[in-house]
Amino acid sequence: MGSYREDTGALKRLVQADRVHRDVYTDAEVFQLEMERLWSRTWVYVGHASQIPDPGDFLTLDVATQPVIVVRHTDNSVRVLLNRCAHKGTKVVYAPSGNAGKTFRCPYHAWTYRTDGSLLQVPLKEGYATDVKHNSLSNINSETYRGFIFARIAKDGIGFRDYFGDSLSSIDNLADRSPEGELEITGGVLRYLHNCNWKMFVENLNDTMHPMIAHASSAGTAKKLWADKPADLPKPMSIEQIAPFASDYKFFDDMGVKVYPHGHGFSGVNFSIHSAYSSVPEYEAAMKKAYGEERAKKILGTVRHNTVYYPSLTIKGAIQSIRVARPLAADKTLIESYTFRLKGAPDALLQRTITYNRLINSPMSVVGHDDLHCYRSIQEGLAAQANDWVDLQRNFSADENGEITANGTSEISMRNQFRAWAEFMTP
Amino acid sequence: MGRVHDTVTDPVQFVIREARLLDEKRFDEWYELFAEDGHYWVPASPNQPDPLNHNSLAYEDKLLLKLRIERLKQPTAYSQKPASRCHHLLQAPEIEKSQKDEFVVRTSFIYTETRGDESQRYAAVAWHTLVGDPMKIRLKRVDILNCDAALPSIQLFL
Repeated sequence: MGSYREDTGALKRLVQADRVHRDVYTDAEVFQLEMERLWSRTWVYVGHASQIPDPGDFLTLDVATQPVIVVRHTDNSVRVLLNRCAHKGTKVVYAPSGNAGKTFRCPYHAWTYRTDGSLLQVPLKEGYATDVKHNSLSNINSETYRGFIFARIAKDGIGFRDYFGDSLSSIDNLADRSPEGELEITGGVLRYLHNCNWKMFVENLNDTMHPMIAHASSAGTAKKLWADKPADLPKPMSIEQIAPFASDYKFFDDMGVKVYPHGHGFSGVNFSIHSAYSSVPEYEAAMKKAYGEERAKKILGTVRHNTVYYPSLTIKGAIQSIRVARPLAADKTLIESYTFRLKGAPDALLQRTITYNRLINSPMSVVGHDDLHCYRSIQEGLAAQANDWVDLQRNFSADENGEITANGTSEISMRNQFRAWAEFMTP
Repeated sequence: MGRVHDTVTDPVQFVIREARLLDEKRFDEWYELFAEDGHYWVPASPNQPDPLNHNSLAYEDKLLLKLRIERLKQPTAYSQKPASRCHHLLQAPEIEKSQKDEFVVRTSFIYTETRGDESQRYAAVAWHTLVGDPMKIRLKRVDILNCDAALPSIQLFL
């Protein structure tokens, strides 16, 4: 096999308008290039401001397989730093989250940094070069949009607004669902290890041709368990949440899908599997009071299915949960799922998102089991050499580009993601 | 398959029998061990205070347990081809609390779940709250030692 790093033409040939070469999912070198290019040149979700409310609060994670700290600096600004001591390379902080106070002190030789990354002090500094003070924890570009923190590792590149454009309307809708316009991540996190390529997960979120097949055993059974109950008996929340996954092709086609430049998009333009949930009168009253009747109706009537902020973040505004893709290797991806409290909303809303997250996104989810089974099965199936191509042709049109709304079962969101992939993967 | 007594009045024997029903995949009989308001709970973080306001790996009432059990019987349960198997290696259960009509039993155990060539193993503690006559499970809470780690699919019942 040739080197994709050296051969830009070969890399370009992996993505065609309506199909992609299997190497995009399986090849270790392509994965490495994805980390260096796609995941370093784009804006990647790194956390939510509500997770670091006070100065010194931090989170650690890997972005594009590089160790990163997201920290609230003493001046209240959010900083994203590389977690690598300028001295020997030690991670200056190791815990997944916590409060650092005013400084990070390296556990190895006590080089100590302020929370903006600048070096504060070094023991016995006279032994080092006089300019040692200039060594710092590298700062990474970051932007916070309605609490969502994104970082771009590359020093130069596309701006935040240019990158996301009007796709930010899904984040707006999620935040607007709080009567106070503010969100708080709460309830911990579900961490589901996927033995497949990250793109299979991200593509699947707007793949509406699979639920009625892959989820027949879970959602179909949920539907059946409730089928003989009287129509006026209130449905338990669990049935209300799982059963719509077994909706038919027409339902998902009528849902609609919309895509934006740079790989972003959402399904559920017209309605979604979340549209028929029981109303929560107390919440609706709080929304009307906060926004007025018309605007509250508009916010709650926007019930998008999944919005993909390519490549890292997928959100479900209508049920206040997000799933974050963390690529670990070509065939290994961590999916972390979080839930939000809508500030000013009753606890019933929090309990609804917690229930949904557990039923759908847990390593013990009967819905998730069949999804992951399919992804893993693709990962193994793509070892077949007789057919190099993965098909993305459903409802393909040769002139598609830019912002487009299409029928819900179109594979346009996958093609749109690969257009962005090709854009950022070439040098 | 060996005979397992239908009714058990000793809480320790009850817990031992419950694990055996799971290992023998007698899920319909296992389901009947739960009280009508019974729950099966697997927290997602250590010392998790409650299942309603915090994400759990599982928190299932009888309806959701029924869904899980019925799903396993479906020919379209693709993630069960090949089918998973499980094994509970129990340490002697200890009665933590004993009242007229309620027992709390703590059982340390090693759980193994296999599927095809893959095998996963967890250290865990089960807390059974047992009530009534005949004895039923009001709550089975399973604390997995590394419940907050990145975990693969766990498809049967700890």
